[in-house]
Amino acid sequence: MLPAIDLEDLSLDAGGHLLIDRALAGLAPGDRLVVRGRHPALGVHLAAWCRTEGHLFDTAAETPTVIRGRADLDRWRGAQRAGRTADDVVAHADRRWGLAARGALVEPGGPALAVDWVDRDLVWADLAPRLYAQATANQWDPATAVGWAAGVSLPDSVEDAVVQVMTYLVENEQAALMIPARLLSRLHPHFREVMQLLAAQAADEARHVEIFTRRALLHRDTLGLSGAGGRASLQTLLEEPDFTLASFLLSVLGEGSFLDLLHFLHRHAPDRVTADVTRLAARDEARHVAFGVAHTAHVVRTDRAFLHRLRTAVERRHAVLADTAGLNKQVFDALVVLAAGSWTPAAISRGWQEVLRLQQAMDEGRRRRLEYIGFPPDEAAALSALHTRNFM
Amino acid sequence: MSDTLLLGAVAYDPKVVTIWAGFRSWFRDRGFDLDFVLYSQYERQVEDLLAGRIDVAWNSPLAWLRAQRLARAQGTTVRAVAMRDTDRDLTSVIVVRADSEHRTLADLRGRTVAVGAIDSPQATLLPLALLRAAGLDPDADLELLRFDVGVGLHGDHIGGERDAAQALRAGRAEAACLIDASLLLFGREGTLPAGSVRVLAETEPYDHCNLTAGPAADPALVDHFGKLLLSMSYADDTARPLLDLEGLKKWLPGRTDRYAALERAVTETNFYDPQGALGAAGYRP
Repeated sequence: MLPAIDLEDLSLDAGGHLLIDRALAGLAPGDRLVVRGRHPALGVHLAAWCRTEGHLFDTAAETPTVIRGRADLDRWRGAQRAGRTADDVVAHADRRWGLAARGALVEPGGPALAVDWVDRDLVWADLAPRLYAQATANQWDPATAVGWAAGVSLPDSVEDAVVQVMTYLVENEQAALMIPARLLSRLHPHFREVMQLLAAQAADEARHVEIFTRRALLHRDTLGLSGAGGRASLQTLLEEPDFTLASFLLSVLGEGSFLDLLHFLHRHAPDRVTADVTRLAARDEARHVAFGVAHTAHVVRTDRAFLHRLRTAVERRHAVLADTAGLNKQVFDALVVLAAGSWTPAAISRGWQEVLRLQQAMDEGRRRRLEYIGFPPDEAAALSALHTRNFM
Repeated sequence: MSDTLLLGAVAYDPKVVTIWAGFRSWFRDRGFDLDFVLYSQYERQVEDLLAGRIDVAWNSPLAWLRAQRLARAQGTTVRAVAMRDTDRDLTSVIVVRADSEHRTLADLRGRTVAVGAIDSPQATLLPLALLRAAGLDPDADLELLRFDVGVGLHGDHIGGERDAAQALRAGRAEAACLIDASLLLFGREGTLPAGSVRVLAETEPYDHCNLTAGPAADPALVDHFGKLLLSMSYADDTARPLLDLEGLKKWLPGRTDRYAALERAVTETNFYDPQGALGAAGYRP
């Protein structure tokens, strides 16, 4: 007896084809399926449906009968999975997988994805999934996470210093937003945890831009100064085309140093709002640094010769910036004023020492991270010394 | 004689450019030099086929019949090389609203019947032939509500059928003429919600488009073209998107024995005269 199904009153323009598809799935091409039903247009619908689906409709049969075609099987012939499972991060992601989810069965054909980075070891860090989970768990709302109402009025000269530092921070955070955004648009989405992490990083920076701007304008109508040297320094980060080098220069060296700066500002914050915004930003930046370090270390582990490229990148950036002013005078002085807390000579001297200690801490941090990545201590020290005077 | 096979196709939709540019690449990748020209309507395409300006025409069923008539008048022949699997055994239906009192075609006497474009085989010529066979003279016994969308495209543009369906639903017509696939499509998309219409009559199965070789085409080149066409597989992911766009799973050899009903309809209405000249009143492609 031929396989048969009964659609009862269900028509093919109201979902009946699902039942037929289901029944045909278990049959081989050429097999026949009897389709019973009470809908008056069953025969007309079935003939039209069979035609579009690549099945045959047996017009000679007494009861409507479908002869199974093979178009559905042909469509998926040669299909391959984009990784064996959702967790299988392959060494080389196929551009022809396009935007398919990792682990999905991908129909052949369709446009190849125009992305640059398709090799796992050039973008990956085993820490990425954990960092992404942490990033989503630690999202905060600028409207409520900062005690904006606690903004006390400061002496003019201190407020000037705060506004200048905030202006500088916004400029740097804008670079730190654009870089992960650029990187993620060139990354194969197969490495989705890295993509997600970069997206979270860009979103973090967007919030930092917001809170630093808001703090700068808390008591003032205008922002501070933007030095050409600082912008030149940031421009070299934007222009770095390589994923790992960009991540290394931005996160390992730049954001790493910035982390010390944010801690410094938090410690010497003259008001609660400044303390809040620097604390919140530092928490996010620590995660960015962690990915940069983990990723760069991953690359060096798979290819020790990459250390040479990292070294060259630092030297090249140093050479490009050799003739620029670096950190502008106003920012440096503002940091001294904030650390000093008052204008007595003794206080300024203390502030000056604090800023020197900050630079020392930045240097130590960079050396520590460079050594973790794989540089010998002397080389780590030399490279750290070449880092931009603009901090980021 | 040139090694290029020049194919004519009617640009009833912008996707036609994508389809034939894609097929051209597919053929050229296999060492066969195919090129194409696009027409805005079928009549000029058929005339050019018979004049030898193109080798092969992707013809509607009506264009195929006209090509045959013109060929006979010229003492030459045309050949159906291939057709889509979806060109075989189509039917057209005449539908009424589900709650309509009409039970037979004869009940439609004096009523308004919505049809597609004047030159649509599936939504006008064949259903009207069915009504004539039931003893109704469409001109005298019916109020025809004709939706002339895309005249010259021989019904390839679905707009006329959709308008006819909407007229039925809105109560401006008491019956509408559609191809079977449109009945299913309109049901699914809600133009004619499921259960809202009843099929009053259905034509015998007929065939639709075919690739017609003209008298000037090199027969060996046409044979080679046909062979390659029939070898095109739905499992080939370079061909599949094109086949999907063109609405087929498989090319089949051309067959010509299921155009008889349309041939009769054309003769009865003098849509074309026996020599293939345009005869239908009000037909301006």
